[in-house]
Amino acid sequence: MNEPGPDLAVPVLALEGVSKSFGAVRALRSVSLSLYAGEAHALAGENGAGKSTLIKVLAGVHRPDEGAVLLDGSVVEFGGPAAARDAGVAVIYQEPTLFPDLSVAENIFMGRQPRRSFGRVDHRAVREAVAALFRRLGVAMDPERPARGLSIADQQLVEIAKALSFDARVLIMDEPTAALTGSEVARLFAVVRALREQGAAVLFISHRLSEVFELCQRVTTLRDGALVAAEPLAGLTEADLVRRMVGRTLDSLYPKQETEVGAVALDVSRLTREGVFTDVSFQVRSGEIVGLAGLVGAGRSEVARAVFGIDRFDAGQVAVGGRRLRPGSPSLAMAAGLALVPEDRRAQGLIMQMSVERNIGLADLKAATTAGFVSRRTERDRAVDWAAKLQVKYARLSDLVGTLSGGNQQKVVLAKWLATGPRVLIVDEPTRGIDVGTKAEVHRLLSQLAADGVAVLMISSDLPEILGMADRVLVMREGRIAAEISRADATEQTVVAAATGATAGSAR
Amino acid sequence: MTAPTTAAAGQQPQPQPPLAAGSARGLLDRVLRMRELAILVVLAVMLVATQIDNTSFLSEQGIKDLLLNATILVLVAVGEAVVVITGNVDLSVGSVLGVTAFAAGDLLKHGGNPVLSVALAVVLGAALGAFNGVLVGVGQVPSLVVTLGTLYIIRALDSIWVGSREITASLLPSGYKTFGHDGVSAVPYLALVAAVVLIAVGYFLRDYRSGRECYALGSHAQAAALAGVPVRRRVLAAFVLCGALAGLAGALYLARFSYADAGTGNGYELTVVSAVVVGGVGFTGGSGSVHGAALGALLLTSINSVLPAIGVSSVWVEAIDGILLLLAISVDRVMALRIAGLLRSRARQARTGTNG
Repeated sequence: MNEPGPDLAVPVLALEGVSKSFGAVRALRSVSLSLYAGEAHALAGENGAGKSTLIKVLAGVHRPDEGAVLLDGSVVEFGGPAAARDAGVAVIYQEPTLFPDLSVAENIFMGRQPRRSFGRVDHRAVREAVAALFRRLGVAMDPERPARGLSIADQQLVEIAKALSFDARVLIMDEPTAALTGSEVARLFAVVRALREQGAAVLFISHRLSEVFELCQRVTTLRDGALVAAEPLAGLTEADLVRRMVGRTLDSLYPKQETEVGAVALDVSRLTREGVFTDVSFQVRSGEIVGLAGLVGAGRSEVARAVFGIDRFDAGQVAVGGRRLRPGSPSLAMAAGLALVPEDRRAQGLIMQMSVERNIGLADLKAATTAGFVSRRTERDRAVDWAAKLQVKYARLSDLVGTLSGGNQQKVVLAKWLATGPRVLIVDEPTRGIDVGTKAEVHRLLSQLAADGVAVLMISSDLPEILGMADRVLVMREGRIAAEISRADATEQTVVAAATGATAGSAR
Repeated sequence: MTAPTTAAAGQQPQPQPPLAAGSARGLLDRVLRMRELAILVVLAVMLVATQIDNTSFLSEQGIKDLLLNATILVLVAVGEAVVVITGNVDLSVGSVLGVTAFAAGDLLKHGGNPVLSVALAVVLGAALGAFNGVLVGVGQVPSLVVTLGTLYIIRALDSIWVGSREITASLLPSGYKTFGHDGVSAVPYLALVAAVVLIAVGYFLRDYRSGRECYALGSHAQAAALAGVPVRRRVLAAFVLCGALAGLAGALYLARFSYADAGTGNGYELTVVSAVVVGGVGFTGGSGSVHGAALGALLLTSINSVLPAIGVSSVWVEAIDGILLLLAISVDRVMALRIAGLLRSRARQARTGTNG
């Protein structure tokens, strides 16, 4: 049923009719996939389509219920991740999985450290190999520093180095670029292309379709755990791909409504936190979506945290609805009508071990509380309401939120904060790692909120999202607001120039 | 040490040498060393001050007593440290020490070979450790619960078996007792045994893959599984080692004190855990070293000797142990925060360096 691959070769790694179920959920239904040497293969599909499960089957984490994994044309059974790794399969997972207490170098070589006599670990060889890897990737990171405290982007770079550290015959990358800046992505792609030219097979997953087209030759699309198509990318358009993934045409990814801009809802003036951000001033009016762009590490999330009272600041002030906010208190900020949907939904936005309904009710427990007791029924009713409004897909409201797909988790975070009825909504990377279908829904929701008079501050590294959704764009660079660009003037060039300081010519 | 080697294979013409990799020892290493050095300094100051107050304190016999007192605790703390590094805890070590001490004594009483009786204690300890390890590693039950359970179970079985019997000096062969008291000048044989164990375990944790994997799975068990670390097997092994060392400690306890009954080792687990934590082994797993734990044990037992020597009532000992514990944890917390700050500013420098 598959067309022959390039030069009719035997695929390095292949799946044949693989099915996998978790309880009642059928994650994969008779899926086949062929990865050829020297070819970059894209895996497309919405969140929950089964991509992550497929990867884990290839990586030896899951064993298929039906079907087979083929290595060089013969059936193999990977007993575990180590077996797959020994067969030359390298995987970069979506969520970085590092050991916070160990050094970066140890993280990269854990379980595979070069050894000298008597089986002892050759620490020096480890250090040198990591230094060489980092040079190849162009990464400026101390290999001996602990992994604790690395930014998501840096963690991702360590994961990439880990995958490159052994001569992988198959390199599998699940959303490796979500947290990377443009130049880091370019460098990663250069390395991946070099590997591919040396004969490695690559499986690439990204929700940024432009990257898929840039890097890959073929694409396999999944929908609801089943194979939709396996075809060459040449001749396809992004719209074709989206249609295959979603099963319908998507009206518009950026459904921005024209809104009535009202009074100033959030007024931040001369906010400074030593060494983090300096002299940051801006206003957000009700009915307005303001985009906050900039490179990762420019201080955008840090400003949001300070505004919301999580972090202290050294100078300046924040006012909501004309009233000055006492710094350092998220509960006062919430009372004043602020809501913050944080960047890292797993660590900061949700309590993974709690149910969907509990998570939704968490930020506004007061509404379900009488005389100090939380009414389970009110909590449930409100959760049903919000889950319906946001079209959260779940089996039961009592399910753990960790069992939902990424996009649905993000909706739960949004529901939690919208339930508080905010006047000002700060969203930090609202659609990172979310499939296009859900992405469009989140955008429609933000747009609707603005139309209802909420002031929205949207931090995003996704440039098209900023350009498509924001009425105004603020650009941060190295802890300062570098530019404010109106919707009319905002283009990729102007925003990137302001974010990197390319035209401003910061001679350093 | 990280001299630039070959492989400048990057396509980009922008070679960026990794930042600050020039330091021979990494930040992590230095921090650990600092932590151990701090305990050593406290210990030295304490001993020197006591010596000034009471000049007979550090006589040959005085030093020997200090080391003898520390030996048993060091042995158990080393095993406990390995378990704590894997992100678990073993609360049953006191019970294991008690039952193995009596078992060794029982064998000796009936004319058993001393070497054989030590081996019996070690094997019995390892078996009990394996029981813990199977429940924790394979059964996926939290170690705090499992070992709290086995603490009571082993203690109860011990009481039933031992009853009101006791092993006293007169029942033991004299060679065994001599081994427990004598040594090479000021260094007792028991301390030598502990030192050998300490060095071997420390070396294993630092220089062997399986040792490094103990740190990895204590730091992030899920990531360890993805990296292909046989998590269950490592956890099991850590508990077996801890049990075996508690068993060895039991046999040496008998040699040192020439006494064992049903209450031997009662409540010992708390002293052991204190020593491990004071020694800088992170209770959340993944950090610290057995050397630190051994120093922690030495510090705690030395306080026991110092207080009487300077005329302070020994009722203060436990309070001071407690204060030391809280102090150690506070120091760790403050250091962690400061290091986090340092790392942040470094990362920022690295970033602006590349952007500019």
